[in-house]
Amino acid sequence: MSERKFRVLVGKPGLDGHDRGAKIIARAFRDAGFEVIYTGLHQTPEQIVAAAIQEDVDCIGLSILSGAHNTLLPRVCEILREKNAADIMIFCGGVIPDDDIPGLKKAGIREVFTPGTSTEAIVQWVKDNVKPRA
Amino acid sequence: MALAEKILEGDIRAAARLMRDIDDGFKSALDELKILYPHTGNAFIIGITGPPGAGKSTLVDQLTAVYRKQGKRVGIVAVDPTSPFTGGAILGDRIRMNRHADDAGVFIRSLATRGHLGGLSRSTMDVANVMDAMGMDIVIIETVGVGQDEVDIVRMAHSTIVVMVPGLGDDIQAIKAGILEIGDLFVVNKADREGADRTVRELATMLEMNQYKKGAWLPKVLRTEAHCNRGIEELVAEIEAHRSHLYQSGEIREFLQEKNARVFMDLLKERLFTEVFQHLHVNGRYRAILEGMAARREDPYSAVEKILAERFKGGD
Ligand SMILES: Nc1nc2c(ncn2[C@@H]2O[C@H](COP(=O)(O)OP(=O)(O)OP(=O)(O)O)[C@@H](O)[C@H]2O)c(=O)[nH]1
Ligand SMILES: [Mg+2]
Repeated sequence: MSERKFRVLVGKPGLDGHDRGAKIIARAFRDAGFEVIYTGLHQTPEQIVAAAIQEDVDCIGLSILSGAHNTLLPRVCEILREKNAADIMIFCGGVIPDDDIPGLKKAGIREVFTPGTSTEAIVQWVKDNVKPRA
Repeated sequence: MALAEKILEGDIRAAARLMRDIDDGFKSALDELKILYPHTGNAFIIGITGPPGAGKSTLVDQLTAVYRKQGKRVGIVAVDPTSPFTGGAILGDRIRMNRHADDAGVFIRSLATRGHLGGLSRSTMDVANVMDAMGMDIVIIETVGVGQDEVDIVRMAHSTIVVMVPGLGDDIQAIKAGILEIGDLFVVNKADREGADRTVRELATMLEMNQYKKGAWLPKVLRTEAHCNRGIEELVAEIEAHRSHLYQSGEIREFLQEKNARVFMDLLKERLFTEVFQHLHVNGRYRAILEGMAARREDPYSAVEKILAERFKGGD
């Protein structure tokens, strides 16, 4: 009876266009039995963190295409720390140059998935690396 | 410090965690809820129900903006369906409410139905109670978009808003039985769409055919265009009118009595069942009963009577 349900927030920070990638990954998580808090487009880092805290998610998956990843993603990590919520694991996917990945990881992004990674692989990675809260 | 004490001190993460414990059925959540209970009963609870895509979340967003301007704190519980096949869910109501996400005076929680019928999750009432204890002046509950007879929300909310859209045509006839009784207010949203006048008229006509007691609240039909903030002030005014009516007519006492009775009975049913049922599993008795039934050796009526007699012997 008392077993944790996995909860993940999927969103897309930044100002650019469509949310196809985010929707696909949201569906993949749902099909794997997760509860997905889907927040849609145009999220500010502040909004993402506030939503993650209110929803008590185990992890945050951000889709990003805008090229603003080097500012937006570290900012999300920074606010998580400010809000005492750095235990919420965060990963991202999108068109991200290889050279930027080490910097993002150092900032607190646990994993970066580049285009071509299957949704199955992403879901499996989360299952292997994130444990729902005790 | 227990979660409940932290919550009463304004700790947001503690509140979010308790909601999770409630949703996941953790026993410890009951102890926390016991501490919070004396601090509840202050929030005004608004329910919003209606068919999928009618604009419920958009309306919640606009109502929240109005209440925030009045300086009120707003809690929102938004329920979406769990997929029966995978047990997963996409909870997407926040999409329409993002502008309030990082407003410290607003707390939004998305819940999945997890197999519960009636338009809400089993945890909805308790999650709303946590928001109440957090000091939210208003708690808005958005049901799953099923549009049939979500009676659950009526028992929970002081004011229930039924949202319809133009062009449902004959569908209104089909679902009227369920919805006409549950609404304190009716909203035809997407009034920018063709056929809005007709839908308003049809609804109003059907409501007129309802029998109302003398002095009873007469539900009105309002029109809104939620996505561009039209008709929202009128809607808030009508909610306020309904709230005043509840208190001035004394109907609030009846409402609370029914609500409390329901809460108590639901809890009793659930706890009794789990108590008895868990006990059946310890010595493989449950399996034995099922096997007995399969072989027609034992009938379920006697089995239940036997168990109850054992469990509650000398009870009364
Ligand atoms: N034309 C028009 N569109 C509207 C209006 N209000 C909301 N919408 C749009 O209708 C769509 C659905 O709105 P939501 O608020 O998500 O509807 P909902 O009832 O919460 O949907 P579910 O939670 O999925 O059942 C969105 O694209 C809104 O922008 C309106 O008054 N007119
Ligand atoms: Mg909605």
